[in-house]
Amino acid sequence: MDIIFESWPWYISGPLIAMVMSLLIYFGKTFGMSSNLRTFCSMAGAGKKSEFFNFKWQDQKWNLMVVLGAVIGGFIAHFLLTKEIDIQLNPITIEKLESLGFKQIGKNLLPPEIYSWDAVLSLKGILILLIGGFLVGFGTRYAGGCTSGHAITGLSNLQVPSLIAVIGFFVGGLLMTHLILPLLF
Amino acid sequence: MKYLKFIITGIILGIVLVKSEAVSWYRIYEMFHFDAFHMYGIIGSAVFTGILILQIFKFKKIKTIEGEALAIPNKEKGIVRYLIGGSLFGLGWALAGACPGPMYILVGTGVLSMLIVIAGALAGTFVYGLLKNKLPH
Repeated sequence: MDIIFESWPWYISGPLIAMVMSLLIYFGKTFGMSSNLRTFCSMAGAGKKSEFFNFKWQDQKWNLMVVLGAVIGGFIAHFLLTKEIDIQLNPITIEKLESLGFKQIGKNLLPPEIYSWDAVLSLKGILILLIGGFLVGFGTRYAGGCTSGHAITGLSNLQVPSLIAVIGFFVGGLLMTHLILPLLF
Repeated sequence: MKYLKFIITGIILGIVLVKSEAVSWYRIYEMFHFDAFHMYGIIGSAVFTGILILQIFKFKKIKTIEGEALAIPNKEKGIVRYLIGGSLFGLGWALAGACPGPMYILVGTGVLSMLIVIAGALAGTFVYGLLKNKLPH
């Protein structure tokens, strides 16, 4: 049973993600987590400002239930199925992060340098989170999907647009990781 | 009760993404440095399994749980929106270390500051909705 409490290998996790996608398709839906952001905007009345949010959001309740489940799943995995977080990163990665001034690398899911309240409650800290979120929200709607809709579902369904989108994910991700993050930290 | 199966599917998703560390900022940083196979293994094996299952679904003409024909929508053709939108998404993904699924999952792990990222993502989605007709697609 110890194996459950350790981190799960990629060859177990990847197929399980494919199973989640297949289940949703079997239920007559699709695997797309970013659509919920549009639904939340619609629920908050954004339809008055843009046609894009003018749809019957009640039809998307099923996806909001997936979100609810995801939050519960995160809770269960973290508080019940994990004893200690110790992410086995490549030592070279750890060195790179140390040179940017990061500490306690891999001892949390997220770096305290970005997500602890000490970090967040500064102008730089809050801007990092808001701008990061903004780019994800804007980019994913512009591209018509995120990691779940394009990288998993779209590629599994052999969609060329999804391949282009995933190339875009990497263009942006490489730019941020190699050029912008070293300027920020 | 008709929503129960979606909640359970979400729970599985949340558990898998935490236990595989795919929700970790560190793992994403490592991936974009090409320092480890882990994330590529997760995405690659998910896509490999996904292709197999969807082909079986199509070949066997599997019907949905409600007895209807499967409808896996094709993505609209285009290049600009996917490349630009995708790149903007990638910038945010590598900065915040969270995409639209893990954002919620990480709130469940107790990281409440993730709510700020979600607020940013909602703002980004809203602004896209305002500008949609002016952007090249």
